[in-house]
Amino acid sequence: MEKFGFALSKARVIDFDANDRTIAGYILEREPSFGACIECGGCSATCTTGSFTEFSLREIHILLKRGENEQARKKIRKCMLCGKCSLVCPRGVNTRNVVFLARQAFQKKEDYAV
Amino acid sequence: MPDMTGSIVVIGGGTAGMEAAGQLAKAGLSVTLIEKEKDMGGHLKDWYHLFPDRRSSDEVLDYLNRQIDNEHINMLAGKTVSGFRRKGNEFIVSTGNGEDIKADAILMATGFDLFRSERKEEYGYGIYDNVITSSDLEKMFRNRELKLKNGKKPGRIGIVHCVGSRDEKVGNLYCSKLCCVTAVKQAMELRKNLPDCRVFCFYMDMRMGGALYEELYREAQEKYGVGFIRGKVSEVGVNIDNKLVVKVEDTLVGRPLKMEIDMLVLMAGMEMSEEGTRLAEAGKLKTGENRFFAPADHHFGSNKSNVKGIFYAGTCTAPMNITETISHARGAVTDIIDYLRNIKK
Repeated sequence: MEKFGFALSKARVIDFDANDRTIAGYILEREPSFGACIECGGCSATCTTGSFTEFSLREIHILLKRGENEQARKKIRKCMLCGKCSLVCPRGVNTRNVVFLARQAFQKKEDYAV
Repeated sequence: MPDMTGSIVVIGGGTAGMEAAGQLAKAGLSVTLIEKEKDMGGHLKDWYHLFPDRRSSDEVLDYLNRQIDNEHINMLAGKTVSGFRRKGNEFIVSTGNGEDIKADAILMATGFDLFRSERKEEYGYGIYDNVITSSDLEKMFRNRELKLKNGKKPGRIGIVHCVGSRDEKVGNLYCSKLCCVTAVKQAMELRKNLPDCRVFCFYMDMRMGGALYEELYREAQEKYGVGFIRGKVSEVGVNIDNKLVVKVEDTLVGRPLKMEIDMLVLMAGMEMSEEGTRLAEAGKLKTGENRFFAPADHHFGSNKSNVKGIFYAGTCTAPMNITETISHARGAVTDIIDYLRNIKK
């Protein structure tokens, strides 16, 4: 049948229903403080990696929650696990463990290579 | 203290009117409490649980009913005020059915109206099944009938903040202040009532400025797993499976997002009541840009009007929660007593 009408651009829209949010689920189950993030960006502001490269833990947080895993998987490699972000977080999120668990989850999916 | 004498007409039998009437009567003044509906209680009658502690609204209603259980209060329910006029230091208040009541002072406690959500047509209230308002949801909780139009339980529920607030398109520039915390409270209630459902709040800013609000927000995230997506919902449609589809920009990612939803709850804001607007015009009472009654002074005269002998209590001056409304009503009583002492000298 002929398709017609209007549609959102597939390339940019976050298709929440098509996305896989199991990575976020894996983290949340093991580190419940992941759920308390309010996206303030304190972690990104203090991050050494972030001041020299395009890296934002806040952004990775939200990408994981939306199931934009491919982007998150690539970006999260840059973290050096120094843990400075967890000293800043106003909600007490164990950010370092979030990164660790995210990497673990990706590795378990066997598509993560350091 | 010498005995106070005087008679006050309180217009509006919601939280502010009931509390003020009770306090005025305790001070020995005779009060006529006029309510347009057949029962006192105002909007509180429709709410289920109150934030921040999720106590039953009936408990507060019981307290207010005890407050007005006083021989000095004459209750006129099911009656409207058609107008009032000054006669020396007195007012003559006329009811819709032609009754005239003498009063030394008038307290406006005309409250608020909920924003009519059908005015935000793009959200589909009154067009699509399962787009409801925060007030409808409270009634569903109260009547224990939390379900979709087809009788099924909703699996994914969206909550839209700022419906009719902070929106130039509907002429309301102000923040209704209570909708954020109501959204959080309702999200938690939904999760408690339907443990398998998922709830997402679509917000512009989270304004959790009241006592224990921020704690409630955190509890919603951590204990109830409520999702928060920052962005103003632009429109709601229906797909071929008859599911609602929400379009929003996830402003924290910087990309548009679409999501299927079974039920959408619109957080309707607060507006000056029609009754208040009518009486403001009739009585030459000043209103602000937000159309609520404009207090004589924002800092020390929030219960006073621009007309001597006419006072304000509660949400007819601005959006307020129950705690603030009760405090504001008590403040009005203090101002009224002070006023009566001076005119009776």
